[in-house]
Amino acid sequence: MSVIKQILARGSSNTLIWPILTLLALCLLNLGFNPHFLAVRVLDHHLFGSPIDILNRAVPLILVGLGMTLVIATRGIDISVGAVVAISAAMAAALLGGSQAFAGGWSVGAAIAAALGVGLVCGLWNGVLVAMVGMQPIIATLILMVAGRGVAQLLTAGQVIPISNPAYLFVGGGYWLGIPVSLYVAVVVVAATALLLEGTALGLFIRAIGVNPVATRLVGLRANAIVFWVYGFSGFTAGLAGVLISSNLRSADGNNAGLLLELDAILAVTLGGTSLLGGRFNLAGTVLGALIIQTLTYTTYSIGVPPEATLVVKAVVVLIVSVIQSPTARQWLLARLRPHAAPARAPL
Amino acid sequence: MKSHFSLGTSWIGRLLDARTLPLMVTIFLFIALFSFGGVMYTGFFSLQVLLDLLVDNAFLLIVAIGMTFVIISGGIDLSVGAVVALTTILEAVMVQHWHWSVWVIIPIVLTIGALFGAAMGWLIHHFRLQPFVITLAGMFLARGLCFLISLESITITDPTFSAISQLRIGIGNGSVSANVVIALTMLVVAVYLAHGTRFGRNVYAIGGNERSALLMGLPVARTKVLVYTFSGFCSALGGVVFTFYVLSGYGLQAQGMELDAIAATVIGGTLLTGGVGYVVGSLFGVGILGTIQSLITFDGSLSSWWTRIVIGALLCLFCMLQRLMERRTRRRADVGPPAAAAAAALNPSVAAGTAALGAGVEPLRAGTQPLAQAKLTLGVVAMATVDTTG
Repeated sequence: MSVIKQILARGSSNTLIWPILTLLALCLLNLGFNPHFLAVRVLDHHLFGSPIDILNRAVPLILVGLGMTLVIATRGIDISVGAVVAISAAMAAALLGGSQAFAGGWSVGAAIAAALGVGLVCGLWNGVLVAMVGMQPIIATLILMVAGRGVAQLLTAGQVIPISNPAYLFVGGGYWLGIPVSLYVAVVVVAATALLLEGTALGLFIRAIGVNPVATRLVGLRANAIVFWVYGFSGFTAGLAGVLISSNLRSADGNNAGLLLELDAILAVTLGGTSLLGGRFNLAGTVLGALIIQTLTYTTYSIGVPPEATLVVKAVVVLIVSVIQSPTARQWLLARLRPHAAPARAPL
Repeated sequence: MKSHFSLGTSWIGRLLDARTLPLMVTIFLFIALFSFGGVMYTGFFSLQVLLDLLVDNAFLLIVAIGMTFVIISGGIDLSVGAVVALTTILEAVMVQHWHWSVWVIIPIVLTIGALFGAAMGWLIHHFRLQPFVITLAGMFLARGLCFLISLESITITDPTFSAISQLRIGIGNGSVSANVVIALTMLVVAVYLAHGTRFGRNVYAIGGNERSALLMGLPVARTKVLVYTFSGFCSALGGVVFTFYVLSGYGLQAQGMELDAIAATVIGGTLLTGGVGYVVGSLFGVGILGTIQSLITFDGSLSSWWTRIVIGALLCLFCMLQRLMERRTRRRADVGPPAAAAAAALNPSVAAGTAALGAGVEPLRAGTQPLAQAKLTLGVVAMATVDTTG
């Protein structure tokens, strides 16, 4: 009981305990329905089982979540990531397979590079609007969110382009040493990001911008440049997610690729304990948050709830998490906990 | 304040005022776009095409009206599209499965929409949560509820619904549907709410500066909850109109409508930082979105996705324009109002007292110009007061 009190007092946004507990609870729930939930077998030289499946499918969300974490840490938000995913997927597919707009027949390396480049450019465009023009982040990225799907459909000429290039399909659907290739991608990107942020002062700078942008600028940091590149990074990770998603689905759909992904990414970031008010971030938390969301989706499928009901569950989770994060609710809970040694109900 | 007054006396100066200029640009753009269509395509420049803009976008206009209030108050509502979908599906279930009368159904769904908005508003205000996050959760919740109620599209065959849906009211040599009448009535009500009532002035005041609104003793909590309630009500009414328009209920309907509504509001000249905007602007914002769609339909060779790209580009243009305006007004604010600023620098508490008095009198005198003039002074005052007390 005192543990709960301590966590509440310290503030839930600074600890990984909540996401870990949530993930454990979800796993237990799954084990209840399916005792073999955690079993991993080797089948056809590949690791096979629910945990691998969840990890593999969570990769795009983890990547997008990483970019989103940094953007949110600078007090921003990027709601264009879903559209950027669609653009980058469309770009790769159009260059590989061809559409009315492109001749096609590019090499896999060039197509992936172009897709990532387009993602980066989209992110930098957001960066220009936020850091240089000074627009509110939600509005600046709203522009790309509205126009982006149109651009993606322009690239695919409104069609769903099938992808058959085996090398491209290997990236998002292949296995290496028995483990899905996309997992390697995720590990490399997460590790590189963590190293860059915690190994250098960059992480501190980003937090400082989130705490007080004006003071950061007055101290002499080039806050605008950092914010600009943070949005660029978010676009890049969304582009990478687009490549993985299109490779996994073997097609690019300008209309539906990455639909509502921005919302899932924000949810993952929030679940991971990154404060939406900026100034703090937690990369490991975001990874856990993405895993929670994917496990939640898996759970609703496996216990036979209609998949659309996941939306309701997500809504309830967002509400609970944000209410717990709010100072008002925490004070209220603390006040209730103090007089009684044992609380009647534990939060969450 | 003096410089503003001298500007206000000449009507050209007034049109070019930072607050009305975006609206003027919007109206001009609408006329230009429509004339462009008239020159380019035969049969475009007619009363019926103009009226069809309203017929085809009545639901969007209603939703955008609610959104305008929310944005003026400094918030945002992402749940509107989902509430529209929820309303269509509730109506369809009530009329097709339960065989209730239209006149019973409509008050029920409007109440549900308003309560939905009120709940979000209460959460946002009471827990000081970001409107963006809570209305996002509201969007998830409403969409999820749609699918829990029915996964399939439900077609409405009720004779009363069909009769209302097919009702046409002649205007000149054109005609409009009942939906247009509902939307325009709502527009008139909303304009009155914004400029003729205490509620409207409170909304502008909170959007301008929430802290100073609180210091002035305005009912901030009640107004904020009411704004989201109103938006929820508008979304539900939009859903009712949408149901008349398509005569079916389906959970996937009105996807992305929140984006269209925000775009229409912004293009209509409402400032996203809150405090500035006109409900009438949203009418022209919706008109521009509708005209772009009609242009692309008339052209025939352009694909539908160009609509989104053009809307995005327009949105970008108007946001840039807003930034420019903001910078200009801020520069002007830095120079004037000299008396209050100087007083604030010398003796904050005295300045706070005098200006607060001024602020109290000003809106009464200004009448239709709600608080906007007093706001500048008040901003300075609020800062000063906070500095001295806290």
